[in-house]
Amino acid sequence: MSYRSNADLGGQELRGAIIPEPEGELFHAPWEPRAMALTLAMGATGLWTIDMSRAARETLVNYGDLGYYEIWLAALEKLVSESGALIESAIRPPRLLRAESVAATLARGTPFERAPVRAARFAVGDTVRTRVDRPAHHTRLPGYARGKTGVVARVHGTHVFADTNASGLGECPQWLYTVEFDERELWGDGLPVQRSTISVDAWEPYLEPV
Amino acid sequence: MRDDEHEHDAISPLQLRVRALESVLTEKGYVDPAALDALIDAYQTKIGPRNGARVVARAWCDPQFRRWLLEDATAAIASLGFSGRQGEHMVAVENSADLHNLVVCTLCSCYPWSVLGLPPTWYKSAPYRARAVKDPRGVLREFGVELPESTRIRIWDSTAEVRYLVVPQRPSGTGHLSESDLAALVTRDSMIGTGLPRAPT
Repeated sequence: MSYRSNADLGGQELRGAIIPEPEGELFHAPWEPRAMALTLAMGATGLWTIDMSRAARETLVNYGDLGYYEIWLAALEKLVSESGALIESAIRPPRLLRAESVAATLARGTPFERAPVRAARFAVGDTVRTRVDRPAHHTRLPGYARGKTGVVARVHGTHVFADTNASGLGECPQWLYTVEFDERELWGDGLPVQRSTISVDAWEPYLEPV
Repeated sequence: MRDDEHEHDAISPLQLRVRALESVLTEKGYVDPAALDALIDAYQTKIGPRNGARVVARAWCDPQFRRWLLEDATAAIASLGFSGRQGEHMVAVENSADLHNLVVCTLCSCYPWSVLGLPPTWYKSAPYRARAVKDPRGVLREFGVELPESTRIRIWDSTAEVRYLVVPQRPSGTGHLSESDLAALVTRDSMIGTGLPRAPT
């Protein structure tokens, strides 16, 4: 089955303006706060994972034409419709977010770190190369950072693996690293020098030793 | 009747879709409408960039806190009462005279909600996500920030569940200011890396 993300935008030639926005200007249409809150409340029910939400959003065929809360709303409709049978059966959700527990639920969050079951393959300072092939499912290695050589800058512990967690295959925790690349490694020598380095956070299966 | 529901106002198709979804999910017992009100209120009145500004101001005033923040940002930030959703795994990155940090999420809109609240529209927009990694100086110019050529730029693409908070440089001439006066100089954009703190007046 083919899988296409329409959200992998890093490095693309998109010339539209970036419009600064004052602090406190949170919503731009009366339906947006409700769409945001519905998304969070349904996320708390445990019907799907945050990675399934991201997969539902990035595979919307008209992703590029939608504003961000429109993307959230369309993905929420898709997820609800996919869970339709369960919701229609009127079986109560695993967890219902009630008003009185909102503050505590937000303050607790959903930690993604898990106890490691084996040693990390890489250490800070190691040179690594990212996988070239794009898997046919949700994944978090951006296109611009595929098949590139970088250096491990941080080791974050073992985290829930987005690729499996988005596909209903479970958490399969993996070591997570920050991998830093020189700008020339990503974009070549032809561009004006920015004096920049760019990092991604990459789970171990995205990386190979060099 | 809610504010957005005046009798004569046209109701947009999007409004109708949201309302339809909310009613079916409420009816089936999946959503408590009062929880939606509480969520909106939390991000309108409690969880926003003033939280992050307090963290930065504390780091500017307290060297021990600054060290803790740079070593274990999640714990240091939690000690000020800020934790949780989209801030479960925090990393603080500090600007210096020759290093400027810039945060982006090229794949979606990952953002440190616990300290900065809801992301601004531009952060979620395609042009920012496309260009921040490749043309950071051009992007910064659009925010009115021109960095010296000698400054190194470090761009953090938030591709997993780690969330980044930029600790901007303390403006000069602020030695006499209290922590809360300092916090007022810390803008949201300065904690993303697209801006610098305000100068003291």
